[in-house]
Amino acid sequence: MVRYVIRRLMWLVLVLLGLCAITFILSRIVPSDPAACYLGPRPRPEQVEKVRVQLGFDKPLYIQFAYYLRDLSHGDLGESLRTHRPVLQGIWEHLPASLELMIIGIFIALLVGIPLGVISAKKENTAVDHLSRLFSVANVSMPAFWLAMIFQIVFFRWLEILPIMGRIDTVVSLVSPVKDITGFYTLDTLITGNWTALRSALSHLVLPSLSLAAYSTGLIARMTRSTMLEVLREDYITTARAIGVSEGEILFIQALRNALGPTLTTAGLCFAYMLTGTFFVEIIFSWPGLGTYTTNAIFLNDYPVIMGVTILMAMFYVAVNLLVDLLLAVADPRIRLG
Amino acid sequence: MGIQKNRKGRLNRGREYWRGMNLVLKNPLTTFGLGVIILLIATAFLAPYLAPYPDQGRGLSNLKERLVSPNLKHPFGTDNLGRDILSRIIFGARISLKAAIAVVLIVIAIGVPLGLIAGYFGGKIDEIIMRFADMILAFPSLLLAIAIVASMGPNLLNALIAVSIPWWPWYTRLVRSQVVSLKEMQFVESARAIGASNLRIMFRHILPNCLSPIIVQATLDMGYIILFLSSLGFLGLGTQPPAADWGVMVSDGREFFLEQWWISTFSGAAIFVTVFAFNLLGDGAREALDPKIRWRFQRT
Repeated sequence: MVRYVIRRLMWLVLVLLGLCAITFILSRIVPSDPAACYLGPRPRPEQVEKVRVQLGFDKPLYIQFAYYLRDLSHGDLGESLRTHRPVLQGIWEHLPASLELMIIGIFIALLVGIPLGVISAKKENTAVDHLSRLFSVANVSMPAFWLAMIFQIVFFRWLEILPIMGRIDTVVSLVSPVKDITGFYTLDTLITGNWTALRSALSHLVLPSLSLAAYSTGLIARMTRSTMLEVLREDYITTARAIGVSEGEILFIQALRNALGPTLTTAGLCFAYMLTGTFFVEIIFSWPGLGTYTTNAIFLNDYPVIMGVTILMAMFYVAVNLLVDLLLAVADPRIRLG
Repeated sequence: MGIQKNRKGRLNRGREYWRGMNLVLKNPLTTFGLGVIILLIATAFLAPYLAPYPDQGRGLSNLKERLVSPNLKHPFGTDNLGRDILSRIIFGARISLKAAIAVVLIVIAIGVPLGLIAGYFGGKIDEIIMRFADMILAFPSLLLAIAIVASMGPNLLNALIAVSIPWWPWYTRLVRSQVVSLKEMQFVESARAIGASNLRIMFRHILPNCLSPIIVQATLDMGYIILFLSSLGFLGLGTQPPAADWGVMVSDGREFFLEQWWISTFSGAAIFVTVFAFNLLGDGAREALDPKIRWRFQRT
């Protein structure tokens, strides 16, 4: 087990090196001049020259890459060309907003997806099954940004029951400001007992997290259905039925327990995938998270930010995958890691 | 009856596929998906004849009729430059399909030869190619694509490249797994016995036998590629205006959409319906081709 983890971690390092190399090379073959970017609009040529030397852009590419890796190994992702602030700090400030969205999103996906898959498997090939499968395929096929906009039209414009953008109501944030403890508004308001802010934060979370959850809900329901179908055919289920265990217990306890493995793997993948999915949702809801931070950087050609976010996200992605594999091995004695 | 070979030494799977096709079409949802896709392809081909305002579909603005809500003349309304949304969507089908096909071709051009080489030669080369493929698959693909276009500059060509880079390893894997079993077959051995070169064996004898799974996979991937490309377009990283790209149209409509909801809603719906159709077809095909599920399918 320990050896397996070590091997996977070494693999992770290799993967990240590859990723750094790819993004680094790509970002440097662009015609735009990073030194000019750094200085802002209409710099003087001698200024550009000075900054180019100062930031090391005059050196050959492989030396620049070596510098980047050296800084990276110290946890330094460089500084933004536009704001001149450390990239890591920027990511750190924007991360909680995205994570809050993702965590709630994955919970919604699990809470809706698993029961849907179980019922679908139980009622295989009936109208209920067809409908639920149609629902999951639809969820997987929907562009998140489009769904988010439809939600806004329906719930904000027509029904006028939910807010359209941001993490909290402006008035509420002025009257009863959220104390920054964890960066998660729901947690912070809970800890400080700030109920008005909590209510506002929750109502702002509904639409974005639903839009983010759609894709994962579909995938999880699909996965649960197909593994449940297999499990329900096993002998021990027949035995359980024969000795009169109630159908509910068979479905949701006896069978689901054994079908949960692949579902959780899918959920882990979904959670990692949400990091990119949140880009689109955040744009629509003006959600001040990582997605907003990155898309702004993309349009400003702020490549240290783009690279930093890419590397951190890839790390997170690979780490989540590893964690899911390990958890499964711990939970299920049938799985042996080697 | 086993799989037979025809004169050219290829495995004759025609009948097998016909049976598979019948199974696919037994499912009404799959048939529906297939129907939508055929309709879409026809729309793309006939766009200039089907679109009520072909010039506007190509990008010509008509400032006299800006932001008109859906009516008989403009069933889906018009955008901020007065262009008929329906025509734009019809022309968008062309762009989406063309772009998706381009990606599929690039991916096949990279992934298939690598898979052939890896599977055929084995050993070190195999190891290197497959580890590299695994490495690419370890990244979140959409993020990788975004990072690539963001660094290379946003335009359609870069978007196509950016989508292809995280995608080709799937084809390398697919082809390799086929080649590994095919290269042990007798027709390969006899080709080698009469002195055919490695290159000839790989491309003339082995490749034709893995074409079907490649084609099936490519068809199934189309939906995801379209979704992928329109997501890039939405971020402004794909097709550039005035070309009619569905993702770009959704993003253009955002500015007005609380009042003029039709721009984003209809163009997004076009993406949704297309991807939905491809996914329905894909699910059906997968069920029909997977023997474990096929049994279940035939029974009912």
